[in-house]
Amino acid sequence: MKKSTLFDIISPIMIGPSSSHTAGAVRLGLLARNIYKNTPKKVIFKLYNSYAHTGKGHGTEKGLLAGVLGLSVEDRRIKDIFSSDIAKTIEYEFEYQDNFKYHPNAVDMTFIGENKMFISGESVGAGEIAIRQINDFHVKLTGKYNTLLIVHRDMPGMISQVSSLLQYHNINIASLFCDRSAKGQQASMVISIDGQIGEDIIEIVEEIPEIYFVSYIKKL
Amino acid sequence: MNINTFEQLNEICISQNKKIYEVAQENMAKDADITIDEVRAFTNRSLFAMKEAIQTGLASKELSLSGMCGQDCDRVQKRFRQTPAIFGKTFEKIITYALATSEENIRMGKIVACPTAGSCGILPSTLVAISEDFDYSERIQIDALITAGEIGRIVSNKVALAGAVAGCQAECGTAAAMSAAAICQMRSGSVSQILNAAALTLKNILGLTCDPVAGLVEVPCVKRNPIMAVLSITAVELALSGVESKIPIDEIIDAMEQTGALMSPTLKESSQAGLATTKTGLEVQKRVFGR
Repeated sequence: MKKSTLFDIISPIMIGPSSSHTAGAVRLGLLARNIYKNTPKKVIFKLYNSYAHTGKGHGTEKGLLAGVLGLSVEDRRIKDIFSSDIAKTIEYEFEYQDNFKYHPNAVDMTFIGENKMFISGESVGAGEIAIRQINDFHVKLTGKYNTLLIVHRDMPGMISQVSSLLQYHNINIASLFCDRSAKGQQASMVISIDGQIGEDIIEIVEEIPEIYFVSYIKKL
Repeated sequence: MNINTFEQLNEICISQNKKIYEVAQENMAKDADITIDEVRAFTNRSLFAMKEAIQTGLASKELSLSGMCGQDCDRVQKRFRQTPAIFGKTFEKIITYALATSEENIRMGKIVACPTAGSCGILPSTLVAISEDFDYSERIQIDALITAGEIGRIVSNKVALAGAVAGCQAECGTAAAMSAAAICQMRSGSVSQILNAAALTLKNILGLTCDPVAGLVEVPCVKRNPIMAVLSITAVELALSGVESKIPIDEIIDAMEQTGALMSPTLKESSQAGLATTKTGLEVQKRVFGR
């Protein structure tokens, strides 16, 4: 586990009352927005367990919506987000469920717009979050690093092609998480990097045959 | 180099003849590949936000989302205008500022999680009140906040600062230890006195559970903030007088970790026991959430 720094202890500056239920919710919404790349037409939030039970008292629903709309954890507009003008640009619904297979503070977000995307995540404590699923793929995204999400055909050599390209451009991989839907079918790579990746490099990745989809997810 | 224990921190401070904040800011700068000035600028932003939260909180009477809390700071201010507190002006300010910040937190105002949102009133209340009354410069306040942050960082290396993992001892307890360290630094305490102030604080909150009514960061959290803040000042006065904790701080943290692990999950932020399941606690939950 990555250890806390001095900065972690004396921050974040945030809207209360809870780092996991309020700030964590904003960050889940924000990271989901960064994955989707846009403000969707509609979002359906499904809150689980503690998020479902105590969300209202903690402003969890407000936080999630504010994040999807691009507000940061310290934005004073979070408090009255439901009656704000920016919330009028979007449709949203909240559903609630108990499911003990899920983390106590978990949420599923279904983004509906030009395309439809399912994003599931959890608030793991102290404002830290993890996105665990995007559509059919298991991933691990924390918002701490700039990250490349790649969906490709499951076949030998894919990881090495991408990693050599990054090595060639002197980009260090901080973590790599892989999954696949089934052997020989679709697979995914979530590559967290130190620093940034230029548009030009992303275009080269997109040109690799057997890569179906590339998304560059900026850190929070 | 990595500092994981207070023993290491103490040795480095002695061998290099440095204060805790000097070692901490150098290491943070190195870790994040930034300058010491940038570390201090970041710290100053948190300090500014703490002061802003106090000022906003002092002026508000708005209730929390549940309606349980939000007007105690006003009550206390009104009384102090009529009747001075037993321990004087600074004591009044500490209590008032801690409530102001904590209430700002539960009405969805802007605060600094330090180390957590539920414990956000403790450190700012002592740091800001004492700086005002003793005229400490911004530089001294930043030194104190960095000292506090280093204490919290080392505690968090061993014990997760989350009620759900180790109970309130890890949240308000750590916040109070940070407050003690900050004030001891401001009062020109030595490295050993600072560590003793933190140790004496931590030792006296071991075993504190996290049993919030209706699962909200309100009861008992809001009023726990001023009470913990005052406790931390007692530890500072003891430490500055040369009183030492018989158990070294690293061992106290081991005890805290063990106590947190032995604590029943029903008392760790799950609201399944303790204050949360008292007759009144359950009634409040029913009123707020309808179940």
